[in-house]
Amino acid sequence: MQRVRIHYKKGEELQYIGNLDLHRIWERTFRRANIPLAYSQGFHPQPRMHQACPLPLGFTSRVELLDFWCDSEESLPELQEKLVRTVQPGIEIVSLSDVPLKSPPLQTIVESARYEVSLDETYDLSQVSQSITSLNEAEQCMRERRGKQYNLRPLIKELSLDDSVDPGIITMRLSVLPGATGRPEEVLDELGISPVSVDVVRTDLTLNSIQ
Amino acid sequence: MDQLEIKKKLKTILPTVVKPGRYYGGELNHVVKDWDDIKIHSALVFPDIYNIGLPNLGIAILYEIINKRDDALCERAYMPWLDMETAMREQGVPLYSLESHRSLAEFDLIGFTLPYETLYTNVLNALDLIGLPIHSADRDENHPIIIAGGHTAFNPEPMADFIDAFVLGEGEEVVQEILDFIKKAKSEHFSRQQILLGLQCIPGIYVPSLYKVDYLADGKVKSVVPVEEGLPRTITKRIAPVLPNPPTHFIVPNIDVVHNRIAIEIMRGCTRGCRFCHAGMVNRPVRERSVDQIINSIEEALVNTGYEEIALLSLSSSDYTHIDELVSSISERFAGRNLSVSLPSLRIESFSVNIMEKLRGSRHGGFTLAPEAATDRMRSLINKPIQAEQLLETARQIYSRGWTTIKLYFMIGQPSETIEDVQAIADLCKQVLQEGRKIIGKKANLHTGISTFVPKPHTPFQWASLEPIESVLAKQNLLKDQLRAPGMKMTWSNPRETILESVLSRGDRRIGAVIEDAWRHGAKFDAWNDQFNFNVWMDAMDAANLTTDFYTSRPREINEVMPWDHLSTGVSRAYLEREYRNALAGRFTPDCRDQCLSCGIVPAFAGQQPQTEGVNWFCPDPEVG
Repeated sequence: MQRVRIHYKKGEELQYIGNLDLHRIWERTFRRANIPLAYSQGFHPQPRMHQACPLPLGFTSRVELLDFWCDSEESLPELQEKLVRTVQPGIEIVSLSDVPLKSPPLQTIVESARYEVSLDETYDLSQVSQSITSLNEAEQCMRERRGKQYNLRPLIKELSLDDSVDPGIITMRLSVLPGATGRPEEVLDELGISPVSVDVVRTDLTLNSIQ
Repeated sequence: MDQLEIKKKLKTILPTVVKPGRYYGGELNHVVKDWDDIKIHSALVFPDIYNIGLPNLGIAILYEIINKRDDALCERAYMPWLDMETAMREQGVPLYSLESHRSLAEFDLIGFTLPYETLYTNVLNALDLIGLPIHSADRDENHPIIIAGGHTAFNPEPMADFIDAFVLGEGEEVVQEILDFIKKAKSEHFSRQQILLGLQCIPGIYVPSLYKVDYLADGKVKSVVPVEEGLPRTITKRIAPVLPNPPTHFIVPNIDVVHNRIAIEIMRGCTRGCRFCHAGMVNRPVRERSVDQIINSIEEALVNTGYEEIALLSLSSSDYTHIDELVSSISERFAGRNLSVSLPSLRIESFSVNIMEKLRGSRHGGFTLAPEAATDRMRSLINKPIQAEQLLETARQIYSRGWTTIKLYFMIGQPSETIEDVQAIADLCKQVLQEGRKIIGKKANLHTGISTFVPKPHTPFQWASLEPIESVLAKQNLLKDQLRAPGMKMTWSNPRETILESVLSRGDRRIGAVIEDAWRHGAKFDAWNDQFNFNVWMDAMDAANLTTDFYTSRPREINEVMPWDHLSTGVSRAYLEREYRNALAGRFTPDCRDQCLSCGIVPAFAGQQPQTEGVNWFCPDPEVG
């Protein structure tokens, strides 16, 4: 048995596909690649796979992580070659790496996610810059999501505007700890930017150092 | 609106609608060709939402065939759900294809599949969403040609005003002829009338605007005849005399849909001769695929899709000649791969339990059987001979070999059925569950599906009356009352939907105005219980000065001209009449694999029957004398 971590990119073809569906997409990819996944025990055996953290719908990503367990003795390059051949439109495999069997589940070691937001020419950059500064300086930022009050501010680890490029890119790093996940569309809304009017891409995931 | 604009609009619309993944395409195995390089642009539409339409086998077959051609491309579209439709209309987004996000108005040819009647209003809605005039007569050379096929095309009259041409029967061969013709028509700039005439010259195609309907004073059809010399008086369906290789490049959806699976027809057609059954009459003759062909296709499709489920389709799996060999091969070949295999339509006998046992993986579903009727009188009427004891013995086998749930399908409202016949259904169900109780105790479940008989065109029961709603309700209530017990579950059809289905399935051309009126007053998704609006339909009938009784319960004379008499399934009207009389007399007719009943299919396709063992039809020589 080996445990392998896939680093892949999620493209625009799959930007409206949620986590559960993505899980099945991967299951079928492994079937096509003829890589025998290990199955869980029990009445309804499930293939053993973990995803790092869900990507909100409508966004693309340059860094998505998936761990899988398989009974195959094949080397990483062999597995990668099989996956690249059978993966579907919208997924691009970047690399595979070995993970110790006993290391903690992927979703428990992701700390934060970084996003890049490409603005279009309709936004006034000085105004955006000002909103960012005041949000960064604020001690708290109470918002409501699905009827629940929460404080967005501590979930924002970094937030900045790069106005050297035209028409400007916002970079943010948000917490993704269980029960404390920052959503980029909430930050954008707070900045007065409509999330559907801009391109949001996840550019990085930060893992904690325990593993 | 062009492709880029549509894509831009989608970016703002999709985050606001439910399940946006179904409106974006990008699935595994979809085909995107270079638009400008290709001569013929065709689109196939299943006129319900993606979740229901994607698994449609007819579309899968044609999609693969068309996209294999170098000179043609085929893309797909499905209906947007209500929230998406509202957003599209607000933003001016037309119905677009999932492959290239182009308006369907840009295509040369749009094909609708119409497997059941309650999709009709959605077709009008689709045409409207594309921005096309809904009436065929109002469209010109600048509009795509609108073609429809599927089981309802055998009585297409209700949709005659809206569709340019119908395809009768199987599409595998005729689709090539249609594409060749459209290519020629496009390069030679045919007028619309030339195109319609040209299409009518392809065997199996019916262009309703070239046929005129005359009515008698009492509203019955007097005749349907061609408007000009030289056109055929009768149009006969098309078949594939030998089944070609099945599709294996199934599109794998990115979201969960109703059937996520590889579907392989193991055979087409049925020789059982159940008198109510539309599929059994219109899909003749019986043609089987070889075990090798089926196994190889499954293997190929698994590699192409990664699906975890396989469905072996046919109208009567137990009749497949090599069923035992097929099932053994499948269970050996695909063991240990965590696949599930389904095999519907098994005969009610212990042998079926052996078969299912071989296919059963780690997951147990229910075991489904369709006795349809519970008294000998009804069984001889519908021509489905099953003994009660045979059903009970099969049920004992099922419960004792690991299944906890049996699903039984019955049909109420068949001609002359009494409340006693329905009481017998309830009694039989109780007996079945009791057998289960004896074997596995309280774990035993019984699910009963009670449908209501709708007389269908081209069947021996095309003359029969739809049972009035009052007595249907009384029968349903009896069953609901008696089959309410621990371990029992029952589903039934909405009798008002049954009335609509009945009007539409035996409707004539005047029903077109009713469909249009209902759609203009908001009818769509009529197949959805929560969307179906009976009153809109009744108002539309009134507005057209038509009564439902005329189409549903009115007794029909044996010599009445049917609105579909000019269309032939190959099964003769004489055979249907004979079978109707046999039904009324309570006479069984044998399976025609054993003895030819001269249904007419062999002479209708004279010369097409292959003589090679294995691919020949299951039609014995007609008895002499």
